[in-house]
Amino acid sequence: MELNVTGLSVARGGIPVLEGLDFTLHAGEALILRGPNGVGKTTVLRTVAGLQPPLAGTVGLEREAMAYAGHADGIKTTLTVRENLEFWAEIFATGRIDAALAAFDLVGLSDRAAGALSAGQKRRLGLARMVVTGRPVWVLDEPTVSLDASAVALFAAAVRTHLAGGGMALMATHIDLGLAEARILDVAPYRAKAPAHDDFDGSFL
Amino acid sequence: MKALLLRDIRLAVRAGGGFGLGLAFFLIVVVLVPFGVGPDSGLLAVIAPGILWLGALLSCLLSLDRIFALDWEDGSLDLLATAPLPMEALVSLKALAHWLTTGVPLVLASPLFALLLSLPVEGYLPLVISLALGTPALSVIGTFGAALTVGLKRGGLLLSLLVLPLYVPTLIFGAEVARRGAEGLDTGVPLAMLAGITFGAIALLPFASAAVLRVNLR
Amino acid sequence: MASLWEYANPKKFIQTTDRLLPWLSVLAAITLVIGLIWGFFFTPDDFRQGSTVKIIYLHVPSALMAINAWLMMLVASLVWIVRRHHVSALAARAAAPVGAVMTVIALATGAIWGQPMWGTWWAWDPRLTSFLILFLFYLGYIALWAAIENDDTAADLTSVLCLVGSVFALLSRYAVNFWNQGLHQGASLSLDKEKNVADVFYHPLLFCIAGFVLLFVALVFLRTQTEIRARRMRALLARERLG
Repeated sequence: MELNVTGLSVARGGIPVLEGLDFTLHAGEALILRGPNGVGKTTVLRTVAGLQPPLAGTVGLEREAMAYAGHADGIKTTLTVRENLEFWAEIFATGRIDAALAAFDLVGLSDRAAGALSAGQKRRLGLARMVVTGRPVWVLDEPTVSLDASAVALFAAAVRTHLAGGGMALMATHIDLGLAEARILDVAPYRAKAPAHDDFDGSFL
Repeated sequence: MKALLLRDIRLAVRAGGGFGLGLAFFLIVVVLVPFGVGPDSGLLAVIAPGILWLGALLSCLLSLDRIFALDWEDGSLDLLATAPLPMEALVSLKALAHWLTTGVPLVLASPLFALLLSLPVEGYLPLVISLALGTPALSVIGTFGAALTVGLKRGGLLLSLLVLPLYVPTLIFGAEVARRGAEGLDTGVPLAMLAGITFGAIALLPFASAAVLRVNLR
Repeated sequence: MASLWEYANPKKFIQTTDRLLPWLSVLAAITLVIGLIWGFFFTPDDFRQGSTVKIIYLHVPSALMAINAWLMMLVASLVWIVRRHHVSALAARAAAPVGAVMTVIALATGAIWGQPMWGTWWAWDPRLTSFLILFLFYLGYIALWAAIENDDTAADLTSVLCLVGSVFALLSRYAVNFWNQGLHQGASLSLDKEKNVADVFYHPLLFCIAGFVLLFVALVFLRTQTEIRARRMRALLARERLG
């Protein structure tokens, strides 16, 4: 299995932000997107995850292969940690959450209401969901926000386990995860250019 | 599929989920009406079917923005959209959960509230039947409205403006069944129309709701 | 032969309508003036309704346009959904306030006519009620356009609303008919029935209707041009922000 992104152009709010993006991820590989704020990393990730259509180009894999984690963790504060994860496990029909709880050191917290967790603990719960989905491609947007050093290490270990199992990871992050094997792609050179001549055609730009 | 339904019901029932708010609102509307029109039980009996239907409709409206807004705010909606669950199924389940937590309690409580408005005895059964048959349509139509306004700040007021005109046919036929029932007339025709609207809405509107939800997520 | 879809290009649309607009406006003004003057001053009073009947020259055309504007929005919405021509979506957006105003004119002239004829400004007659509901649909549609920042999102959402709204507006029409039988006379104009308006009143009425149609088309052209330019401006500003 491989993720083969070719000629991908994406738009945010109707304005093209990045164009001509090409990269390939093989099983067991990780790719980190870098670039200044607002360049369109989130938009690329959402497009790859199938949440929005690309302006041009293709994402070589089905939406069904992707698990997406964005800025928000999708946690219900009135449910316990275990209930939150069990819900996603049932939705993705994988059923087992123990490995996910263990990977992110949440076992001791499993019966606590998610609303009572700290920001970092919530983030860990949000990331534990990726393990629960059982999907081969993890699409992660700034996964390490509000994580401390030891939690970042937990996360890196979880990603490594995922890659070792033949998975792939595509993420946007600024900090060093200690994932030496991950490739890095700077997206800034792909910034969309304004059309040279202004033909005012059907798309207004 | 079942997991989503159970989660939504659990969330609604737990503290802060707003379960029972609609019912309380319904009660308040029913209590306020006699203050507005006077305590004459003859007059109240005449307007009772309409007031009860209107009260049920407004209580339904009250909880519509919760259908998607909470999942939108905490990011669950993005995750659900990538889940192995068709968007059409998602919106149908959301509507079902809304009906189970809002519509069903209203139907069950309506005879009690009818008592407060001196509804004639023969009107109880038609009232309950009409509400049981009509409230699913209110939930399904409301889910469409909620899907339309999910990404908007201050979408609540707009949601009412969009949904209320869509409620007109359901209200007319539903209240007509209840009114005719209370007057001891035949309720067959409006009942059939009400059933038609409900089943038509259940069959077709989820496609529209799913389409607008997809647009709102991108 | 040039395809009709060429006019879906905003630039081409503006160029074409720029050429048409003066002619359309003048023609609309002439037709309306002829129709209204003929109707108001050169027709006899009705033997039952007296001179009040002459409000028909505003009432019937505006009521027709109120419905036809919605139909036009429905068609434009479908075109947007199927072929994704921006001009189509913007034309639907441009037509909505015009349709809403037509609905208000129809309701207001109806009330003014109803007062002497039925002795009441307002009755919950099915036809009146349907128009009131139609007005609510217009309000919701306009409000949804206004509430959404992203133009393409707004176009998609309002198109679906227009489709669903059309079905429910039609349902409401039948529901309201069922709910109350009403005072309103039968339709003044219909294709399949015998004419129920005498020729003396009928000919100026045709002029007024033509005038309203032309006025509507001219207004929609003008407003669509404005929408296109506003849209273009937002796009340029957004691009500038991105640098």
